[in-house]
Amino acid sequence: MFAAQTLQKFAREVAKYPADQKQSAVMACLAHAQEEQGWLPTEAIEAVAGYLGMPPIAVWEVATFYNMYDLKPVGKYKITVCTNLPCALSGGYHAGEYLQQKLGIGYGETTPDGKFTLKEGECMGACGDAPVFIVNNRSMCSHMHPEQIDKLLEECK
Amino acid sequence: MLEIEIDGKQAQVPDGSTVMDAARQLGVYIPHFCYHKKLSIAANCRMCLVQIEKAPKPMPACATPVTNGMKVFTHSDLAVKAQKGVMEFLLINHPLDCPICDQGGECQLQDMSVGYGPMKSRYSEEKHVVFHKNVGPLISMEEMSRCIHCTRCVRFGQEIAGIMELGMANRNMHSEITTFLGRSVDSELSGNLIDLCPVGALTSKPFRYTARSWELQRRKSVSPHDSVGANLVVQVKHDNVMRVLPRENEAVNECWISDKERFSYQALNSDERLTRPMVKQGGEWREVDWNVALDYVAHGLKDVAREHGGDALAALAAQSCTVEELFLLNKIMRGLGSGNIDFRARQSDFSADGKRAGAPWLGLRLAEIQNLDAALVVGSFLRKDHPLIAQRLRQAAKKKTRVSLLSVTGDDQLIPLQQNVVVAPAQLAAALGAIVKAAAELKGVAAPAGLEAIMVDAASRAIAQSLVEGEKCAVFLGNVATQSAAATQLHALAQELARLTGATFGFLGEGANTVGAHVAGALPSGANARAMFEQPRKAYVLMGVEPEFDCANPQLALSALKQASLVVFMSAFKHAPALEYADVMLPIAPYTETSGTFVNTEGRIQSFNGVVKARGDARPAWKALRVLGNVLNLAGFAYETSEAVRDEALGQGNEFVAGLDNALNGVAIALPAAAEGLQRIADVPIHFADPLARRAPALQQTADAAAPSARLCEQTLSALGLTAGATVRVRQGQGEAVLPLKVDNAVPAGCLRVAAAHASTAGLGEMFGSISVERA
Ligand code: SF4
Ligand code: FES
Ligand code: FES
Repeated sequence: MFAAQTLQKFAREVAKYPADQKQSAVMACLAHAQEEQGWLPTEAIEAVAGYLGMPPIAVWEVATFYNMYDLKPVGKYKITVCTNLPCALSGGYHAGEYLQQKLGIGYGETTPDGKFTLKEGECMGACGDAPVFIVNNRSMCSHMHPEQIDKLLEECK
Repeated sequence: MLEIEIDGKQAQVPDGSTVMDAARQLGVYIPHFCYHKKLSIAANCRMCLVQIEKAPKPMPACATPVTNGMKVFTHSDLAVKAQKGVMEFLLINHPLDCPICDQGGECQLQDMSVGYGPMKSRYSEEKHVVFHKNVGPLISMEEMSRCIHCTRCVRFGQEIAGIMELGMANRNMHSEITTFLGRSVDSELSGNLIDLCPVGALTSKPFRYTARSWELQRRKSVSPHDSVGANLVVQVKHDNVMRVLPRENEAVNECWISDKERFSYQALNSDERLTRPMVKQGGEWREVDWNVALDYVAHGLKDVAREHGGDALAALAAQSCTVEELFLLNKIMRGLGSGNIDFRARQSDFSADGKRAGAPWLGLRLAEIQNLDAALVVGSFLRKDHPLIAQRLRQAAKKKTRVSLLSVTGDDQLIPLQQNVVVAPAQLAAALGAIVKAAAELKGVAAPAGLEAIMVDAASRAIAQSLVEGEKCAVFLGNVATQSAAATQLHALAQELARLTGATFGFLGEGANTVGAHVAGALPSGANARAMFEQPRKAYVLMGVEPEFDCANPQLALSALKQASLVVFMSAFKHAPALEYADVMLPIAPYTETSGTFVNTEGRIQSFNGVVKARGDARPAWKALRVLGNVLNLAGFAYETSEAVRDEALGQGNEFVAGLDNALNGVAIALPAAAEGLQRIADVPIHFADPLARRAPALQQTADAAAPSARLCEQTLSALGLTAGATVRVRQGQGEAVLPLKVDNAVPAGCLRVAAAHASTAGLGEMFGSISVERA
């Protein structure tokens, strides 16, 4: 189900661990699978399980536990808002509300044009920079007050 | 050893013990949910918090290792406050539905909330709702909001059943127990999840809403289903069996039972129960009284014996019959001058008869399995034939035992294996021969004569090596080996292997009372289970067997039965096909309605009492046979109780039977010739294996009870020029069956797997013999 390139990445992850502990590579493999597919359809989860010799439910546990894995298709830009306590104390909730209002969608939803998906996230380890967003699991955005949010949305073309 | 004091009581515990272990040793109760003595430590419920001297905060007893001189307080203010706090948290999202919960009355959460729970909830927010799941016919997951996330069910799958089917999806308050994509839970041990779940989240589907636990009487019994003889608690209400649970016996079944043992009780209450004796007269079935029926049987048998001699009579009994039943049936047959009695209906090679030194058995005690260094299982559908032995080997393999399999399909036994050799049934002896030869080479001694032509491959050598290196090792012959056309050769080879490597060897045992049947002497001096049908007799007595499903060659058995002038069918069920060929039907009591004794595969004598009154006019078979003996005017049938019969058969007051001996004398090794053409591999699917399981509706809806298909590997498929998914006609002799064709690469090349013991395949012949297949 995966492209040769993705399978190569799987192999590289698996090689990092002892032969009888392939399952240690599960998070990395899921990430690569998601990168290829844009999200994680159940077939991809089952295929990763098969690749690592794990029961599918064990991979499902991992995929449903972590926020970075998308079990439904997402927009071009997935913005994850940290709503944990430190952020919440420094305007995290308001930042989230502002974003929702600007995009006209709630958490877990995608704009009709398929451009933005909004998600709630857990502490990103950057509480000092609150409020904090992360875009597409990769780029961190700090101090997300309304002006910064406007700017971010501008930049997302 | 470490010193510990719990609530002022001193104890010495081995290094590595936890506070929970120490408390259990001392008999101090610490409340807990996630802790279970057979499962790994999860420490996620926090109910077991205790106070430990010098520790700044309460510690979980189940996960805190004992240190020397440790002082623990389980009832101090701090401990109780912590326990109450945890309880309050656990109840936050728990529904208040005890009055309609099946677990009510036997719920650990309910009990503990009485002990530790607050009188009133301080939580006024919305409770979390978890949707129900459908995971198959056995386990109800209708109210998953009750789950307290102890993960016992998840760990049971991973650790005991060997297959993770349930998992905990999502995180924090959204966590829920589920299967992958709503698939069913198919493990043959799945029912144990119901016992393990401390709350009412996982409950028994068949039992659901049929009784409250406090209305039930608990009665002891012993499983009639496999050779382990699992100890049971049968729960009864108004003389009906409502459910069956395991009775803990560490030496036998630990705290587990298989799903078959748990749910087969449904058959006891089925409409198919035979409740009145019946006699066929002029082609019409008539219900009669017992004395009329027994008179009829006595006259019939006597007439045949007088006219044609005792050799014209034959009796075949099931391996789930009790010692008492087999002993009396044997006595009657001998009294009538017939030596044609047997219980090995699925066996086809009887050449070991007369050469065995004693009753074949496991060769060691069940509890010794965990101490083996290496084990080889030959010819077995292990998980399905012996779920609890498979479970023991699984645990052993995880610790240290090097387990290898030599069998006829590559079915996943969910055991970490050292070697897994799969060969066609006809090659089984040669493959075992290769291991024997490898062992001889490793030991530097000459290989036994007869193995000259055998080539030793790497896998055989590795298996032999594991047996040679280990100090305590065992070789087990499974049901396929017993039922094989080369059974005696396999027996002789296993004996050689054991001799060469110093391992013990033995038989897993086909039925609940296989060893007991041997010891009770229900063995032929005349025609065996095969010969009695090959040379048809005039009269047959069938006790507990359903020949269409239980015989090695049903075709042969049925044609003999159909020509007989008298067939006496003793059964708990009005078995429809038997209405055709039987002349008398005697309603005998199943295991729950009679007293009796099973001897399990380790030779353990386990007697039990009836737990409910017999249905209708059904009677314990030992009583019916005793009366029959009297009607026949045979001497020695004055037994008052089943215990008296047992004591005559087995001696008095023993824990294990005498006369267990697997030795085989005077059999030279002569490997069978290779088979020609397509060969059948017949498993006996777990839920078709005996009359009770066959009639238990819930078991019949499981994946294990799927109707048989014809299965073969891709290689054979293309060699035969067939297409997968097609409907095919398979033939053996005069018989045929029409089945879907499926690809299964666990089947060795040149073989077709077609299950036995099912109506759709009952017309076929030998379980392991030639078979042909064509497009239907
Ligand atoms: S379903 Fe039962 S056993 Fe499984 S986690 Fe929930 S409470 Fe524990
Ligand atoms: S709470 Fe938002 S980054 Fe830590
Ligand atoms: S029993 Fe110790 S944490 Fe659950």
